[in-house]
Amino acid sequence: MDVFLQPFQFEFFRNGTLAAVLVGGLCGLIGVYIVLRGMSYIGHGLSHAIFGGAVVAFVMTWNFYLGAGLWGFLAAVLINQTVRRTRISADAAIGVITTASFAIGVALISRYRRFTRSFDAALFGNILGVTGQDVLVVAAVTLMVGAIIFFLYKQLLFTTFDAEVAQVYGVKTEWIDTLFSLVLAAALIASMQILGVTLIAAALVIPAITARLLTDSFNRMIVLSTLIGAVTGLIGMYLSYYVDVSSGATIVLLQATAFGLVLMITSLQKRAARRLIHTHL
Amino acid sequence: MQPLVELNHVAFGYGSEPVLEDICLHLHPGQFAALVGPSGAGKTSLLKLILGVLQPARGEICVHGKSLNGRPAPRVGYVPQLESVDWNFPVTVEQVVLMGRVRRSGVWPWPGVEDRRRVREVLERLEIGGLAGRHIRDLSGGQQQRVFLARALIAEPDLLVLDEPTTGVDMRTAENVLHMLAHLNQQGMTILITTHDLNAAAGHLPWVVCLNRRVIAQGPPDEIFTTETLNETYRGDMLVIRQDGMLFVQQKPHGHTYHDLVPNPVAGEAMPQTPESNNGRLSSTVSV
Repeated sequence: MDVFLQPFQFEFFRNGTLAAVLVGGLCGLIGVYIVLRGMSYIGHGLSHAIFGGAVVAFVMTWNFYLGAGLWGFLAAVLINQTVRRTRISADAAIGVITTASFAIGVALISRYRRFTRSFDAALFGNILGVTGQDVLVVAAVTLMVGAIIFFLYKQLLFTTFDAEVAQVYGVKTEWIDTLFSLVLAAALIASMQILGVTLIAAALVIPAITARLLTDSFNRMIVLSTLIGAVTGLIGMYLSYYVDVSSGATIVLLQATAFGLVLMITSLQKRAARRLIHTHL
Repeated sequence: MQPLVELNHVAFGYGSEPVLEDICLHLHPGQFAALVGPSGAGKTSLLKLILGVLQPARGEICVHGKSLNGRPAPRVGYVPQLESVDWNFPVTVEQVVLMGRVRRSGVWPWPGVEDRRRVREVLERLEIGGLAGRHIRDLSGGQQQRVFLARALIAEPDLLVLDEPTTGVDMRTAENVLHMLAHLNQQGMTILITTHDLNAAAGHLPWVVCLNRRVIAQGPPDEIFTTETLNETYRGDMLVIRQDGMLFVQQKPHGHTYHDLVPNPVAGEAMPQTPESNNGRLSSTVSV
């Protein structure tokens, strides 16, 4: 038992594990909506857009969370409105808006070479550098996102299933979409310091598609995806401590392995079920 | 009598392309009506204007005597085309039907006792009571149509709007759906559908609106299904046959057979049916 508790004597590990579990669960929860709407690319894109916002916030000496958050939210709204009002498809709009925003960040960094702050953490994540204050921010965002999804559960489900029909049934879909953009931007910013811009997309998508393979019920998918995200966050942190590999990468690799196993098992089960039907004929 | 739905000189277009022009239409409480017309005639656009999803470029749409002005129409149940549904979405029959109560149930994410009771009631009413826990993909075409009808009915609408309820299902299912709608109409529900099936419309609907960008004609099918109106609606040669009090509509035969179009067809092979090949597979019944 002591072996398992041993890493917890370090504060950086306690903070990191708490943050990884929260961020894993948070990304798992939001990922369900992202995957079911076919928006997997937006998680990847928006995290890059937010990176641009983070650099701008640093240069202008704004508060990081406010600056990057506002930037990410505006990018999400801009993508939504472009898709709604023009003939440009979602993937193209995401490609243009988020990459341009990322480029602003890169341009600013190359122009002002006097940066004292390292942006490595923002790009690749740095779970071990998580402070108590960072954990508080992640916990607050997780609580807020959880509350919004809890109280708008039915409206979000209907909008995700069929936005146009939801509108006919009195759901204010445009408002729901905007609120979801805000939630997504907040979740990405909270996750960015921990998983890094480059790994967030995987943490959003993998738990959700793994859960989808395991169930045909939306309610169960939500619970499973959140659990898979949180549990892989916890186990990934442990593994990274013992095998001495970067925590963010360990968590994502663990999730990918879980997905591969579930895919293999469910395919075998389906094949077995088919064989059973054939023998009955 | 105050019309339930009222369209006054409504025009609509996508960009500079006009789709509907000068549409004047009244739908009275208790009416059972179909919009017919060729593809691209504006049937679905007209439905979406009435639902308040699309906004007219000109004219006014009133539901219950009140102008919509960009709001969704109140107390309307909508059944979209089955083709537009994402059948891989992880939802069960019960979860889909519960969506219809989104405006009425409380703030909690789970359904209340009253919600569950109503779902059971509406599923029993549509004779799919045993399917509540099934995934929507694991249903026959007729059952799928009933699930989405159940979602519309649980919202307790004054008007039911169905987009192509007879498309994408076999003939027997289409017939069943229309009989079910006629039954609902007899219980007082106002119903508006679009359909491609003129014969089904002639046989089941007391009121038909012929649409092709504008309203060409409207009335009972035996009065308005004439060669002239249908030619104008479909811009083709239509044939109307009246026999034994029934009405049949057909595109006029072109005076040729397949021999003229495919002079040397490759013949298929009619396989003799052995008892083995018939074992269990061909005898399966079609459930509706």
